[in-house]
Amino acid sequence: MAIIETTGLSKSFKTRRGVVEAVKSVDMKVEQGEIFGFLGPNGAGKTTTMRMLSTLMQPSGGQATVVGYDLLKEAAKVREKIGYVSQAGGVDIAISGRENLVLQARLYRLSAARAKTRTQELIIALQLEEFADRAAKTYSGGQKRRLDIALGMCHQPPLLFLDEPTTGLDPQSRAHLWEEVRKLRNEGTTVFLTTHYLDEADALCDRLCIIDDGTIVAEGTPDVLKRQVAGDVVTVGLDSHNGAILQAQALLGKQSFVREIQVDKDGLRLYVERGEQALPQILRVLDGAGLGIKTISLARPSLDDVFLRQTGRSLREVAA
Amino acid sequence: MRLLADTWLLFKNYVSSTLRQPVWIIVSLFTPICYLLLFAPLLDKMMTGSAPGTNALTGFTPGVVVMLGMFGSLFVGFSIISDLRAGIIERLRVTPVSRLAPLLARALRDACLLLVQCIVLLALAYLMGLKADFLGVLLSLVLVIPMGVALASLSYAVGLILKSEDSFAPLLNFFVTPLLLLSGILLPLTLAPDWLQAAAKISPFYYVVNATRSLFVGDFSNSSVWIGFVLVTVLAIAAVYWAASVFRKATA
Repeated sequence: MAIIETTGLSKSFKTRRGVVEAVKSVDMKVEQGEIFGFLGPNGAGKTTTMRMLSTLMQPSGGQATVVGYDLLKEAAKVREKIGYVSQAGGVDIAISGRENLVLQARLYRLSAARAKTRTQELIIALQLEEFADRAAKTYSGGQKRRLDIALGMCHQPPLLFLDEPTTGLDPQSRAHLWEEVRKLRNEGTTVFLTTHYLDEADALCDRLCIIDDGTIVAEGTPDVLKRQVAGDVVTVGLDSHNGAILQAQALLGKQSFVREIQVDKDGLRLYVERGEQALPQILRVLDGAGLGIKTISLARPSLDDVFLRQTGRSLREVAA
Repeated sequence: MRLLADTWLLFKNYVSSTLRQPVWIIVSLFTPICYLLLFAPLLDKMMTGSAPGTNALTGFTPGVVVMLGMFGSLFVGFSIISDLRAGIIERLRVTPVSRLAPLLARALRDACLLLVQCIVLLALAYLMGLKADFLGVLLSLVLVIPMGVALASLSYAVGLILKSEDSFAPLLNFFVTPLLLLSGILLPLTLAPDWLQAAAKISPFYYVVNATRSLFVGDFSNSSVWIGFVLVTVLAIAAVYWAASVFRKATA
């Protein structure tokens, strides 16, 4: 059963320069019990979509059901069923982690006694024991992030939203946090997260959407998405003058093993069935035409290739 | 009932945070105390021949009490900007907590803080030899604290709208000094030329200071007293109402 389902969900903002469409008619489904990722560059509309789904922002158009409730008509019900961890987190650094958790649990209407036991459960589950009673301003980035997630889980929501959960964390804290997210999923929580990290989307998410410029450009499991790119990617660097690139494009376009060719300023990107067999053939064709190859490389497709193929830009470049 | 329970929970949290940073209780007391210690003595010789049962401090302390209520309250908006940046406001917005509770709890905490600060300031004034009508002094607290709540609510709302210290600080600066001087806080505006007296009538604090001065000398039937109370009541209701609507709408 889908825990999130949207049709035509959109958001536009009025600015001085006119109307900006941040999210353009998003249709998607998130299934119960999965880690669902929203991958895209900064400004693609990830956070806006998440803020709409977590009742923080009114959509300009479209519909959505979240945990079985109508997002527009039953926002209060939705709120009871979701946890939301923003990029900023929301920890009150003046007080300890434990105090943050107890207050949050009480605000979710847990009784005083239940709030206390729930806090202890969360402290153990997210391994906060060591620092739970210290003021939160002394926490490291990774420790604070784990407390953020604990705050989102106080009322045991079936659906947890995480906005860029690992941005700014060192590699070790990141790996640790991924483990925590997987654990939540294994215990039955559906996790919806945004990220602009390719490796995070690839390693952590069961399924993902790639969003660019407010539009979903691809949706599926990381494996299926990568397979759609069709085989391997060969990047050929050529002399950029005298139309060498276009000439090479024309020649290689005729070869049966080439599925697709993209031109960029330094050469070509070829999507081929079997890279190791294609390489010598490419060399032969280009050599025969007297076109000087400067570089050539072969890569298995990554999510970046998926992004590149859909949008014509590299997420690595856009995100940087 | 939910609103009350939420407000109480948050209030306890805010109070305990405040108590952990006791230096902030002193910070807003510092300027009024300076005026009381370092400026009031100058008035002793100036204000000779005052009415029996009064002294220079009888006229000066009310202004300092109002100043405390202004200073302490106008600057609270900074705290909401940092909460906003830390994501605390947003975190509360996703909980089932009433949208009003964070405002009411803060205003209540500020009222309590102001009460404590006023008591400290008045105790100091009494130590320095303040002669004043005791009932009048107590009533002046009933006047100044709602004024503080009104200003604090405005400050929170403006902080939420501006979302940045960089625009909030200059705005405060722009208003605080003229309002302070136009209120006759330091010296009664009876000393002022006509145009200045006319200008002062724009400042609501002018009336609050006048009312407080009348209360301190025990002149309860003076029209300035009821004007002050009516003004503060209207101001407090309007400010809390407006701030509440800003809190309800505030997105992030």
